[in-house]
Amino acid sequence: MTGRAWVFGDNLDTDVLAPGQYMKLGIEEIAQHCLELVDPAFASGVRAGDVVAGGRNFGMGSSREQAPAALKHLGVAAVIAQSFAGLFYRNCFNVGLVALVCPQAGRIRAGDSVRVDAEAGRIENTTSGEVLACESIPPHLMAVVRDGGLLAHLEQRLARERQGL
Amino acid sequence: MAQTLAQKLVARAAGRATVTPGEIVTCQVDLAMMHDSGGPRRVRPMLQRLGAKVWDPEKVVVITDHYLPADDDESRRIIATAREWVAEAGVRRFYDGIGICHVVLPEQGHLKPGMFVVGGDSHSPTGGAFGAYMFGIGATEMLGVLVTGEIWLKVPHTILMEWDGAFADGVAAKDVMLFLCGRFGMDGGEYQAVQYDGSAIARLPMQERMTLGNMTAELGGQVGLIAPDSVTRDYLASVGVAEVDCDTWQSDPDAPLLAHHRFDAGALPPQVAAPHSPANSGPADAFGDTRIDIAYIGACTGAKLADLRMAARILKGKRVADTVRLMVGPASLHDQETARAEGTLGSLLDAGAELLPTACGACAGYGSYRFGENEVAIASTARNFKGRMGVASSQVYLGSPYTVAASAVAGRICDPREMLP
Repeated sequence: MTGRAWVFGDNLDTDVLAPGQYMKLGIEEIAQHCLELVDPAFASGVRAGDVVAGGRNFGMGSSREQAPAALKHLGVAAVIAQSFAGLFYRNCFNVGLVALVCPQAGRIRAGDSVRVDAEAGRIENTTSGEVLACESIPPHLMAVVRDGGLLAHLEQRLARERQGL
Repeated sequence: MAQTLAQKLVARAAGRATVTPGEIVTCQVDLAMMHDSGGPRRVRPMLQRLGAKVWDPEKVVVITDHYLPADDDESRRIIATAREWVAEAGVRRFYDGIGICHVVLPEQGHLKPGMFVVGGDSHSPTGGAFGAYMFGIGATEMLGVLVTGEIWLKVPHTILMEWDGAFADGVAAKDVMLFLCGRFGMDGGEYQAVQYDGSAIARLPMQERMTLGNMTAELGGQVGLIAPDSVTRDYLASVGVAEVDCDTWQSDPDAPLLAHHRFDAGALPPQVAAPHSPANSGPADAFGDTRIDIAYIGACTGAKLADLRMAARILKGKRVADTVRLMVGPASLHDQETARAEGTLGSLLDAGAELLPTACGACAGYGSYRFGENEVAIASTARNFKGRMGVASSQVYLGSPYTVAASAVAGRICDPREMLP
């Protein structure tokens, strides 16, 4: 998959990804306010297949999985960061969003065209021509994201169990 | 093989004799705690889609705290959903409107050393204060626990924070955590196990230890552990938990650590964190020019009985500055009523405090009591991210209950030691 990069800095928090005052609403409404405090053009400008890149400790703060779910809802194909807050990292896969740890994430510039191969742990910046290596995704999490998230993963697991497989 | 407390807790939950940091294991969950926001309203439709039931309703605790007071239709629906779901799922351990989940859970006797617990909230490391492996997860992962009773875990390394000596009068656990966030950053915990130890920690009462566990979330640890001792045992006895095993749940002395940091407790001054990060911290007396509009004693981090007592020590017989709105939202009804009976609450109210419901309040930023344009606040809460507790132009400083109370009187941020009786 290839998309444009939206670039943010260190310590991007869950409160700006899924602002508290909208948390009582559904993901469609929350997503419209995703990151509006740091980039008001993001929610309306992001397109399916785009990627979000950040620095250290991406997604710090709350357990609210609406933070990665809002990105997923807006069509973001992957989040790439130098490091992630642990809870956010787990939540990404649970909602079916690929999170890639990339020590060189800082080399991605806003608007760059980026091709992500999550299975291979490889990011190709087709604007700069650079290839960036990522840490490999644990197989059990790759299986979850391949199924489309933990809910769909559980659905398939239960279906297999009910069929006695 | 020598094991840390974290390894021992994980090994037991994984059904193993020992575990190695970095390996991925599957753990059986002893207890799953949810609140109204990430709990029933989210997991109910997913359980329905799966046609699945809760693996063990006796191991589930539901506590309403985020959308209380329920002062709009959405909030009322969310709270109503929690009430309906516990009935249909057969969850008997339901605490409705009596306080914030991280404080109510131990208060109701649901935690003890050795347990492996998940909570649907980022401040779940609070439970580590009891020698339990407790960490936060999102709603879909909670669904996974509810369906299977298990969860995956990457066995953590342990970062030991050793505080020896004695904290100065007017210095609290909150100051420790603001200092550590400033020193190591909000990812200093590296999503590993942070353990607090040393003679100064041993002297801390249970609710102060809970503040250390609680703000391990801000330090970026997965859990914030304190090995159980007589303080743990005495607290648990007071809430009806017998047969507390303190001996098993200790780190082996020679267990390998990722890092071991040593601090002199007596050298720590009260800390304040400036907007918009708990890591923007420094000594409170460096912020003396900052005038405040709001002083807020609230949330699981900063409004337990121990916190209310700190504030009352400063405020007794004083009045808050005319220009300051002092808001106090006790962390639980139990703590509020104990504070009322002993006169602590009276000291706060007589000083001009406004009493808020025993709920997450302004800290969660979910609706009630959000701060307005350009308002400057100092709060005993955990995090002050831009726009979290109010509009983007509001400025939130963080401090201990002592510091918040003293600042309320002064009308500006001050070192509370100036005002100790």
